[in-house]
Amino acid sequence: MRTSTAGRTGQYAALLAYLVFLAFPFLWLISTAFKPPRELGSLHPTWIPEDPTLANFRQAFDEQPLLRAASNSLIAALGAALIAVLVATPMAYVMARHRSRLAKGATGWVVVSQAFPLVLVIIPLFLVLKNLRLINSVPGLVMVYVVWALPFALWMLVGYVRAVPAELEEAAAVDGAGKGRTLVSVTAPLLAPGIVATGLFAFVTAWNEFFFALVLLKTPEKQTLPVVLTHFIGAEGVADLGPLAAAAFLATLPSLVVFAVIQRRITGGMLAGAVKS
Amino acid sequence: MTSATEVRRPAPRVPRAGRQRRVVDRGAWFLVLPALIPILVLSVGPLLYGILLAFTDAQSGRTQSTRWIGGLNFLDLLHDTLFWESFRIGLVWAVGVTVPQFLLALGLALLLNQDLRLRWLARALAIVPWAMPEVVVGVMWRLVYNPDAGILNETLRDLGLGDGRDWLSGLATALPAVIVVGIWAGMPTTTVALLAGLQNTPRELHEAAAMDGAGAWRRFRTVTWPALKPVALSITALNLIWNFNSFALVYVLTSGGPGGRTRLPMLFAYEEAFRYGQFGYAAAMGCVMVALISVLLALILVGRLRGGDRA
Repeated sequence: MRTSTAGRTGQYAALLAYLVFLAFPFLWLISTAFKPPRELGSLHPTWIPEDPTLANFRQAFDEQPLLRAASNSLIAALGAALIAVLVATPMAYVMARHRSRLAKGATGWVVVSQAFPLVLVIIPLFLVLKNLRLINSVPGLVMVYVVWALPFALWMLVGYVRAVPAELEEAAAVDGAGKGRTLVSVTAPLLAPGIVATGLFAFVTAWNEFFFALVLLKTPEKQTLPVVLTHFIGAEGVADLGPLAAAAFLATLPSLVVFAVIQRRITGGMLAGAVKS
Repeated sequence: MTSATEVRRPAPRVPRAGRQRRVVDRGAWFLVLPALIPILVLSVGPLLYGILLAFTDAQSGRTQSTRWIGGLNFLDLLHDTLFWESFRIGLVWAVGVTVPQFLLALGLALLLNQDLRLRWLARALAIVPWAMPEVVVGVMWRLVYNPDAGILNETLRDLGLGDGRDWLSGLATALPAVIVVGIWAGMPTTTVALLAGLQNTPRELHEAAAMDGAGAWRRFRTVTWPALKPVALSITALNLIWNFNSFALVYVLTSGGPGGRTRLPMLFAYEEAFRYGQFGYAAAMGCVMVALISVLLALILVGRLRGGDRA
């Protein structure tokens, strides 16, 4: 198929428009983060800071307990990712390999869990966790995040398991390997990249999460980064733009790095999950 | 979901004898339990508990025991004009975000499916909003919309289009402004899903249609769209639900203001539950939201599918 030159030009113009639309807010965030107060107050802001400074970053760390928040976020995200992958992988295996009522029910739950507004879940969760004395605690939040990350983790993992030919496992069985042995030395190595991608995805999801953290964490020393970020915005919606931008920029970096690593696999995972036989 | 694919590898299921199958199933239970228990305790359980709460007068921090009050919460909701206003805003927001988002994402996915230079950059950038915490997305757009130091007003001034305005606190502009942010934030998921769908469209069919002299639009309608439709329908339905239930973006951008113009149902229910402590009432709101959204979605999906069959 050949596309005419005019068509090609049009396509590039459209692509450029998309690039601008997708990139400009983030570039503006970076620009704002490095601007001194004088430029932030100016009525004619520029794209490139005339007098770039790190003062906003220093101020951000002075104003809010960012390090504390970052370590809370890290614990919550790492804990959630590790546990989610650990419990989701065996279940995804069953869902992919066996046509049982169980697998159907699990698939149904994956879909239904997307439809329910979080209010309906958060109030009972709040009450339950309160009774377990897990409110305002990072471990409590980890538990919630694990369950919250499960639907997408299962969905991705089922796709990855399906991509491992069942014949391989059968061949191993023929060669006399037991079920456990087959799983450990044949299936697991082939699944490893998919498991890593799923874990990283769960990490990002938990790192970015806001609503549960807002409701479940009350004291500043327990709160995660997204919640602490909102403290930069005052009661009347007036924000100290420089430090806010600096902190927001820093909070995004881990997610961006992880996403850059798994970018290809996310697309692949969605592909695998979207295409069911 | 879809049948035509080039990436799928066939995974034949070996039929098993009844006895062996039972053994397998017992092993399966063992594998499933570690995930099943948290799901039951922290997802299914709370969900059912939440539905029950909707029929009680549960409040936060109250010493008296909670009582059953039947459908009283729902009766109150029926007359709660603030809630219905919020529900209406939620629908406007959900549709206002989902539809343009779908069209934009479809365009982008079609472009990314072409052999263009810079495609890698566009692909990477298309995913950036997905990687960002929603709170950061909100913060970022606050900076863009900022009346003085924001780039939007500055650009408008440069283009000689007036002095701009305070987008997020204007009664008329607040909702459209947050809708634009919603569209931006949801682009990646939709684009990636559609791109996945596009890569499953049969290429040979495309080429054959081109040989027969079908134009681009015609090729899209007769070859691409039928193959893409299942994915398009699912992602649109999901987007509608996700958007209707969204919270963090608008919480950071406007907290529901000005004057409740952007108070999405989730924000309303959140305030009801955790500011005023009306757990039962807020749970009832959640139930109504699920019920009405399910009905609407069912209607849309049925209508779309029927329309598709006729075409």
